Amino acid sequence: MKALRKQIDKIKPQFMPGGRFGMLHSTFDAFETFLFVPNKTTFRGSHIRDHIDMKRTMSIVVLAMLPPLLFGIWNVGFQHYKSFGQTMPLIDNFIFGIWKVLPIIIVSYLTGLAIEFIFAQIRKHEVNEGFLVSGMLIPLVMPPDVPLWMVAVSTAFAVIIGKEVFGGTGMNILNPALTARAFLFFAYPQDISGDQVWIAEKADAFSGATPLAEAASGNLTNLPSAFDMFFGFIPGSIGETSAFAILIGAAILLFTGVGSARILFSVFAGGLVMGLIFNLWAVNDFMTIPAWQQLIMGGFAFGAVYMATDPVTASQTNQGKIIYGFLIGLLGVLIRVVNPAYPEGMMLAILLMNVFAPLIDHYVVEANIKRRMKRMKLASVKL
Amino acid sequence: MNKVIKIKKGLDIPLLGEAEKVMKDFSSEHYAVKPTDFTGVFPKVLIKEGDEVKAGTPLFFNKYNDKILFTAPVSGVVIEIRRGDKRVLEEIRIEADGKFSQIDFGSADPEKISREEVVEKLVKSGVWPCIRQRPYSVIADPDTMPKAIHIPAFDTAPLAPDYDFILHGKGEDFQMGLNAIAKLTSGKVHLNIHAEMTKSKVFLNSKNVQINTFSGPHPTGNVSVHIANIDPINKGDIVWYLYPQDVITIGRLFLKGVYNASIIVPITGSEVEKPVYYKTMRGVAVKNMLSNNLKEGKVRIISGNALTGDKILPTGYLGFYHNQLTVIPEGNYYEFMGWAAPGFGKYSFSRAFFSWLNPTKKQRLDTNLHGGERALVMTGTYEQVMPLDILPMQLLKACMIKDIDLMEGLGIYEVDEEDFALCEFIDTSKTEIQQIVREGLNLMRKETS
Repeated sequence: MKALRKQIDKIKPQFMPGGRFGMLHSTFDAFETFLFVPNKTTFRGSHIRDHIDMKRTMSIVVLAMLPPLLFGIWNVGFQHYKSFGQTMPLIDNFIFGIWKVLPIIIVSYLTGLAIEFIFAQIRKHEVNEGFLVSGMLIPLVMPPDVPLWMVAVSTAFAVIIGKEVFGGTGMNILNPALTARAFLFFAYPQDISGDQVWIAEKADAFSGATPLAEAASGNLTNLPSAFDMFFGFIPGSIGETSAFAILIGAAILLFTGVGSARILFSVFAGGLVMGLIFNLWAVNDFMTIPAWQQLIMGGFAFGAVYMATDPVTASQTNQGKIIYGFLIGLLGVLIRVVNPAYPEGMMLAILLMNVFAPLIDHYVVEANIKRRMKRMKLASVKL
Repeated sequence: MNKVIKIKKGLDIPLLGEAEKVMKDFSSEHYAVKPTDFTGVFPKVLIKEGDEVKAGTPLFFNKYNDKILFTAPVSGVVIEIRRGDKRVLEEIRIEADGKFSQIDFGSADPEKISREEVVEKLVKSGVWPCIRQRPYSVIADPDTMPKAIHIPAFDTAPLAPDYDFILHGKGEDFQMGLNAIAKLTSGKVHLNIHAEMTKSKVFLNSKNVQINTFSGPHPTGNVSVHIANIDPINKGDIVWYLYPQDVITIGRLFLKGVYNASIIVPITGSEVEKPVYYKTMRGVAVKNMLSNNLKEGKVRIISGNALTGDKILPTGYLGFYHNQLTVIPEGNYYEFMGWAAPGFGKYSFSRAFFSWLNPTKKQRLDTNLHGGERALVMTGTYEQVMPLDILPMQLLKACMIKDIDLMEGLGIYEVDEEDFALCEFIDTSKTEIQQIVREGLNLMRKETS
């Protein structure tokens, strides 16, 4: 590695501000720090630092996304062959899945990273690692048959309008990956809803409806078994179908301390509570579905684990996180059951709560300030 | 025994190089007083290069409060008045003559003289700067009356000195110091001890104080934690604080009538061959103390502990408020794909590296940042090492945007930068949190005075 380091040191001056390629400094820095953790040392304050950095944190999140991704790739193939009534070996399902999913991942990363690099360059910032996560989340919430140009357009929309206009990583209000999906949902609804898009190159005669669509139209008898829904042998967005794979990811996030347990558990609690309320006052078939099954249908689990926990767009205070998560779960199930226009409520619930997160934090902060004021008043009364 | 105040949040960083309980004498020819140690002090020099001084001779005073004098720790000759960038007075260097001649300020029983006389003795002898105040962590103003005085008798910082060991056999000096300090406040003097660490009779049998017991990981030893749990600071309150060795210095002033600047500091850290305690003087040059006792390689010498201390040169001096020296490896190296490695040996508060398999292993941590500076992305991590009722992220952001109303509301008066040291240590975005908080405190002090 010393030779590589030497080469980098040799060309580095040209990329420093004032050098021949000074304008490409951010790009150079991104590649250099990818290859080598910088030699920068502390100067004041704490002389020793934790080994964790943004790259590690983001890699952990990407790692946690691998179980649903791998399962999703397999399931894309599995559903495709199933619609033709065929059962293929594991490897064939995978090959078909990779052939469908890999281009989506590549397009999402290329589009997003290109924009990130350009913005970093203009702002003379380092390239932030946040998009490593968004770039993987976007494919996972896409239907397998989505046209690639739509992936590119929605990614560009999400990164520019969803993130960079607010000042880039750490400043955005809405979750970028969900912004991409919401953009697609409202701009090209025919390509991201209905019965036709959830199975790649589906046989025409086969119904490709997701369990949620079946439940919303009251065909509870057509619902797959809870076993199938939990393990994910159902049509749906690439990464969302297997609650089991998602829970493995959740375990990674929680164990490493990267994901917020407060948000995660409170989302599930909120969903469960809303499901139970529906069970109590069921006026249609959808409401009679056991509350716990709401949690393994559609994008609920995926949204809870990978979207709601995004630290930038969630509430930032500990108490706020619990309120934020609970309301996401509650609203997610509420929207999906009560509003027939949106087959999945999770996306909208999270985006809505993204918008309200600063307000929730505001009240938590105010409470802290008031507690202090009250203490002061009590103390002055004593004197 | 009163009830134990248990602190849960925090982190004990298991550093290598704890000092063995062995005491060595060390005297040097070189000492310095560093005006930069005293936050908010604008020094006006009273001596010239070449002047002879005794222990207790005033060297400079604070332009903003001319009562407060800073005096020489040893007798000798002022060899250099060193200025840095923008003519900032950095060091007043003294070459000791080895005669230990001291100015006699007269001994006295603090219980028999008035508060004014106690204050005057402390101020004249240059011992006063030992006493600092909250808010802002600056030298106490002798004209104010604090609502309480806190003395933390234990330190939980990494490789911190053991005050039980340091104060062994100094009970008389310590009690005399406490008697003097008790005169300074209309409220209580709190001696804060650790439930398991503090066993010394010097502390347990102290009179004229209220003893409070704490237990828990770092930052349980921070005085902010003690104040918040016993008698929190409200807007307008002033609380003073000082440390056990300062009490000893005060005690000796009243017993013997002299400024005795002797202090015991452990030399700690993974790069020290034989970490032991040294008996020396405040402001001592560290060069000879460390020579022949350091391991090979580039090292960082820190006056103070690894979380909050000051970087000093090998030719530098021990800081006035520092009770230890720490020597750790410099970390100016590149690491190929370091962020992607499994990291069995990479210590982290999170479990993002496989080092969680061995959490108690003593660590040889270096000064590498281990990553680039980034925007504040992660949330909820600072809170895990912040035992105070403070919203660390929100207060930090208030300091960044210089919103003084918000800073006040979120409790800036109750904190010091050292309370954010662990937040800074575990921070993913490598933000200089302590510096930002210090700037916030300085701004607040300027706005309210």
